[in-house]
Amino acid sequence: MAEPALQPAGRPPRTPAGRAWRRFRRNRPASLGAVALVSLVALVALLPWLPLPEPDAMTELQFAAPRAGHWFGTDLLGRDLLARVLHGTRVSLLVGCVGAAVSLVIGVCWGLIAGYAGGRLDNLMMRVVDVLYALPSIIFVIVLMTALNGLLARWQNAGMDGDLAGTLQLTGMFAGLGAVSWLTMARIVRGQVLSLRRRPFVEASRVLGAGHAHVIFRHILPNVLGVVLVYLALTVPSVVLYESFLSYLGLGIQPPQASLGSLIAEGASQINPIRVYWWLLVFPAGTLVTTLLCLNFVADGLRDALDPKEA
Amino acid sequence: MNLLLRRLVWMPPLLLVISLLAFCLVRLAPGGPFDRERKPASPEIERALQERYHLDEPWWRQYLRFLGGLARGDLGASLKYRSHTVTDIIRQGLPASLAIGGGAFLLALGLGVPAGFYSAVRRGRWEDFGVSFLILLAVCIPAFVVGPLLAMVFAVRLGWLPVGLWGSPLHAVLPVVSLGLYFAGRIARLTREGMFETAQQDFIRTARAKGLPETAVLVRHALPLALLPVASYSGPMLADLLTGSFVVENLFQIPGIGVFMVNSSLNRDYTMVVGLVLLYAGLLLGLNLLVDLLYGWLDPRTRHG
Repeated sequence: MAEPALQPAGRPPRTPAGRAWRRFRRNRPASLGAVALVSLVALVALLPWLPLPEPDAMTELQFAAPRAGHWFGTDLLGRDLLARVLHGTRVSLLVGCVGAAVSLVIGVCWGLIAGYAGGRLDNLMMRVVDVLYALPSIIFVIVLMTALNGLLARWQNAGMDGDLAGTLQLTGMFAGLGAVSWLTMARIVRGQVLSLRRRPFVEASRVLGAGHAHVIFRHILPNVLGVVLVYLALTVPSVVLYESFLSYLGLGIQPPQASLGSLIAEGASQINPIRVYWWLLVFPAGTLVTTLLCLNFVADGLRDALDPKEA
Repeated sequence: MNLLLRRLVWMPPLLLVISLLAFCLVRLAPGGPFDRERKPASPEIERALQERYHLDEPWWRQYLRFLGGLARGDLGASLKYRSHTVTDIIRQGLPASLAIGGGAFLLALGLGVPAGFYSAVRRGRWEDFGVSFLILLAVCIPAFVVGPLLAMVFAVRLGWLPVGLWGSPLHAVLPVVSLGLYFAGRIARLTREGMFETAQQDFIRTARAKGLPETAVLVRHALPLALLPVASYSGPMLADLLTGSFVVENLFQIPGIGVFMVNSSLNRDYTMVVGLVLLYAGLLLGLNLLVDLLYGWLDPRTRHG
């Protein structure tokens, strides 16, 4: 009789996903971060229709401080910084998301196979991960990027379209950044799979005659998803940071294209005691930090929301 | 102990595989070590150089030659700076990198652990939000932004510290801070999460139930276990820090080996790359072993079994 009174206001969601979603929404920094991210993505997706100058249109106005018409100021070549920052944000977000996705695919497959197969295959696959861990990733990335850039330069001399070359360069960078950041993902997934494999419900399913594919896709993958999602959300910012480091080395995005990292590197190189062009550093760095903050808030919120212990 | 011995025995073969991998990887990249000479070498000179450094031989012969040298503790001559051997260059650069990396490590632990602990203890209050925000900020700002800004303020405007170069301990302050802040943020996050994780454990409830003061519960019982993730992150982090940072050494003009890590792969300085990779991998494997020993000390449950 008294039961309805015990119910909290609003029906509690029945599915785990529903509970997680509810917890995520109640986490104020996380939902604010998510909203900010979505608006940022919408903004950069709508870029072609925004009334902004072209990001590589040069003008006579060099190093203009922020003013009406150039809200973020202009750079050495008189290019509008606002347009460049927005285009750079688009590139950085793209690099982060695709790089993380590449690392997700490799890491999950690797960890899943190793953990599920177990035994010698597991041992071998994990030793490979150990070896790759001990190889400084920067060397791998440098070799890959210089090989790619050299190849593209040769093809461009042979008459290849510049836009196509840019796209290919970007694709190579996605692959390279993904290829160096899947190791931790593989370790995490493998650990999870290893413990899931011995759980009673998985054994029950096996006893009932379920095939490997059924067990993996019905029972193992859905249970690994939470951890993977959280780690994925942490990989995106780290890939964005790695790309900015590559741009700092001059190996990332090739000019006149820009990423947030290359813009910051450009701005940082203009720091000198005589004249301060603060906007060249503050706006790109501010945008990068804000984006990364939002990504991290969302990742933290996801972790709290998907934590099974706090159900 | 048995497990430890096995890991020790595994180290040399692992190092060999890693060196082979690095050896092949740099040779796969287009171009060679003599492409970027000040004057383009004539074909004859280039051929003579190739012959002098055995680069005209098949790869497996070169690798065997490298192994032979390694057995004598000789990593060969740098192909870019040919009057120096790789071991010489590493020996000259290592002290600066070690000093800055070690300083940054201490800074990361000294700043990160208390910050993470504090924000975990004050979970959900405004102090937690404030500290967490600072922590995220540290994780999100790349060193090549922090470095110039610090130099701008403390070296140029205030004149308290030197802008760059290497010599007195004062020269180390700015590089250490700009390198360490990011890692302090990472450590703080790990500590904070570790504290949440341990706070849910049964033995913490027991400790509270038997009437221990809250400080004792948190510091004596919770903190050591909360530091486990920090310990396992410390191994790779220290290996990373001690082998130098390109950004920081480049910004402050410090003669370390971090610059070489990047430049030698850009210059196709084959011998140098392999030597540095070996150094890094050896440090990493050794430190990971040390971390596992530390685990037993922090977490009594892992001591047996």
